[in-house]
Amino acid sequence: MVADAAPSKLAADRPRGWTSLPLRAWLARRCEALAIPVGAALVGFLLFGLFLAALGKSPLQLVDIVWRGGFGSPFALGNSLQRAAPLLFAALCVALPARLGLVVIGGEGAIVLGGLAAAAAAQPLAGLPALLAVPLMAGAAMLAGAVWIGAVGWLQAYRNVNATISSLLLSYIAIALANHLIEGPLRDPASLNKPSTLPVGDAFMLGPMPVIGVHWGLGCGILACLIAYVLMDRTTLGFAARIAGGNVRAAQIQGLPVGRLIVGFTALGGAFAALAGYFEVAAVQGNANGTLAAGYGYTGILVAFLARQNPLAIMPVAFLLGGIEASSGLIQRRMQLPDATVLVLEGLLFLVVLLSETLYGRFKPFNPHLWAEKREAVPA
Amino acid sequence: MAHHPFTRRTLLGAGALLGLDAAAGGRARAATPLTVGFIYVGPKDDYGYNQAHAQAAKALKGMSGIEITEEERVPETNAVEKTMESMINLDGATLLFPTSFGYYSPYLLNEARKNPKIQFRHCGGLWTEKDPQNAGSYFGYIAQGQYLNGIVAAHASKSKKIGFVAAKPIPQVLNNVNAFLLGARSVDPAITCQVIFTGEWSLAVKEAEATNALVDGGADVITCHVDSPKVVVETAARRGAFVCGYHVNQSPLAPQKYLTGAEWNWLPIYKDAIAAMQAGKVPAHFVRGGLADGYVKMSPYGPAVSDGARRNADAVKAEMLKGGYAIIKGPLKDNTGKEVMPAGKAYPEKAVELEGTNYLVEGVKGSV
Repeated sequence: MVADAAPSKLAADRPRGWTSLPLRAWLARRCEALAIPVGAALVGFLLFGLFLAALGKSPLQLVDIVWRGGFGSPFALGNSLQRAAPLLFAALCVALPARLGLVVIGGEGAIVLGGLAAAAAAQPLAGLPALLAVPLMAGAAMLAGAVWIGAVGWLQAYRNVNATISSLLLSYIAIALANHLIEGPLRDPASLNKPSTLPVGDAFMLGPMPVIGVHWGLGCGILACLIAYVLMDRTTLGFAARIAGGNVRAAQIQGLPVGRLIVGFTALGGAFAALAGYFEVAAVQGNANGTLAAGYGYTGILVAFLARQNPLAIMPVAFLLGGIEASSGLIQRRMQLPDATVLVLEGLLFLVVLLSETLYGRFKPFNPHLWAEKREAVPA
Repeated sequence: MAHHPFTRRTLLGAGALLGLDAAAGGRARAATPLTVGFIYVGPKDDYGYNQAHAQAAKALKGMSGIEITEEERVPETNAVEKTMESMINLDGATLLFPTSFGYYSPYLLNEARKNPKIQFRHCGGLWTEKDPQNAGSYFGYIAQGQYLNGIVAAHASKSKKIGFVAAKPIPQVLNNVNAFLLGARSVDPAITCQVIFTGEWSLAVKEAEATNALVDGGADVITCHVDSPKVVVETAARRGAFVCGYHVNQSPLAPQKYLTGAEWNWLPIYKDAIAAMQAGKVPAHFVRGGLADGYVKMSPYGPAVSDGARRNADAVKAEMLKGGYAIIKGPLKDNTGKEVMPAGKAYPEKAVELEGTNYLVEGVKGSV
């Protein structure tokens, strides 16, 4: 309270102190963007602690286990990072359309189709040098994902079909289509009890990243988040997209190509999600099969919302959730709690962070316009 | 952890020198309990596949010199590699049973190559000599149980239509569907069996829909092959149909409508592997067996099973207990009319061809 009184006083005393006020205002807004989600996450953990205490388990033991299982050793860190990798891509599929005002929750479908497209593309590419085939496989995956989620954007922009519903329904169709192809035309006859496509072959498989030993999906996921951030927050194209997301009519009056922006950014989101499927095939499983639908697309929604659709924030949030999931095994084994416990924690976090959305703009220290209001209020 | 095997080796070495193998071995075992890890793809209390394994794991917990570490709901992704590593590094597990089919390749094989001193035994996979020597696989011929289910179902059915809710059209499932129908037809050749594939191992909504559709179509005895038969059993019983169980005994879910069921009994397999480890030997690499080996068993008969049905099923079961029983025997056609087995030929329970079944026999309505 003392701290927030200071800048307004300062500004009132020195009318030409504009250099410090914008800086403080900028800082205050940044602090709000950090403090509210972090505070919400802490409240979520606190509620979960109460839940554990009600079950007769020690919340402190949980903190210790999440630390040891998710973050406290090189093995735990590798475990968390490995789980974070697909979440980075999946979250971008939610975050990019979200900046245009679309809630896309069907990234799972793009992941599955991306993985399938990569595995299918590997067959005709057999014999080509890996340097050529690997990008082509990734390209095939991205194309599949872009078409699938781009279609969601197109339906919204040109046919006014709600993107949330259409993306969810399309993901069911994608998974059914993939299962049909994997168990039918694309099935490797040798895959008896676990229907799979033909293997992509060792030559086209990606090894682990040096030092940390996690597959390249992690490095590419981080790169994708950075690209998405620059595109969204540092280019005119991203600016146009955010205008369209903020107010469609205003964007149209300005002559912005709203429809094309929506299709473009949803397609990009789909392409990123498809890369999660690509890495699942080319760095982990070696073929496409039913386990491509492992639920990364749905956890990605959680990550994107916790990160408030900010591509930069997706990275730490994915790491945090990866860590929580990595520690879920120890939670079971050391605390004798069922696996669903972690789902309760994730659900609580999600709920509290969504509720915390209503807190933005309410705390004076974070909101320069409230400082000004106060100043005007005094003479009145 | 590293110093424990060293201690045991030293002790064993010293024991051998003194000619006191047995005593030293006994002492070493008492000092370092064998930690056995179980990994399940679904919840431990699913009234199905995972519960069957968890029951066996629970039964092991009382044994001396054994520590059990378990993890449920581990997906068939690289997450299972981390679970295995965590059990090895943090719990000191030296024998692992990752029980879901999809864990085998590439995850279990990767970990087996990475941890040559740890033994991995997998449920359902087909281990071969070119796979790592510290890996292996085991499975049971549960189609025998479905054949007996079929016999009991045929006696109970009035509509002469029985139904099967199946997950995926893969050999292990197709063998069960075929066995259920052939068992029923051994009683009454006019019986038909409608099969509905849900496409997923665990998808409650579709399983309920499929069960309802089967009952709507006139089927009055239902069985299934999905990971958790709970929904099928409860839905069928609510609709008034009889139920044959699968994986574990589901009679508590439908005490009046439950006829009998084909159950796993993994305990002997786990006990054998543990005994081998404790004796300092490598557990068997490839284990297969059915009723005769005690890897498969039947649920007790429910109140609706007639005396005739009991006698019939018990007589066939007695034959199966002798070993070498053939369910698939010629002449046999598939349900498109193609001959799949000529007269005079048969696949006894251990025939490896059964692991490649890709047809539904004549009398089963449905397609692969």
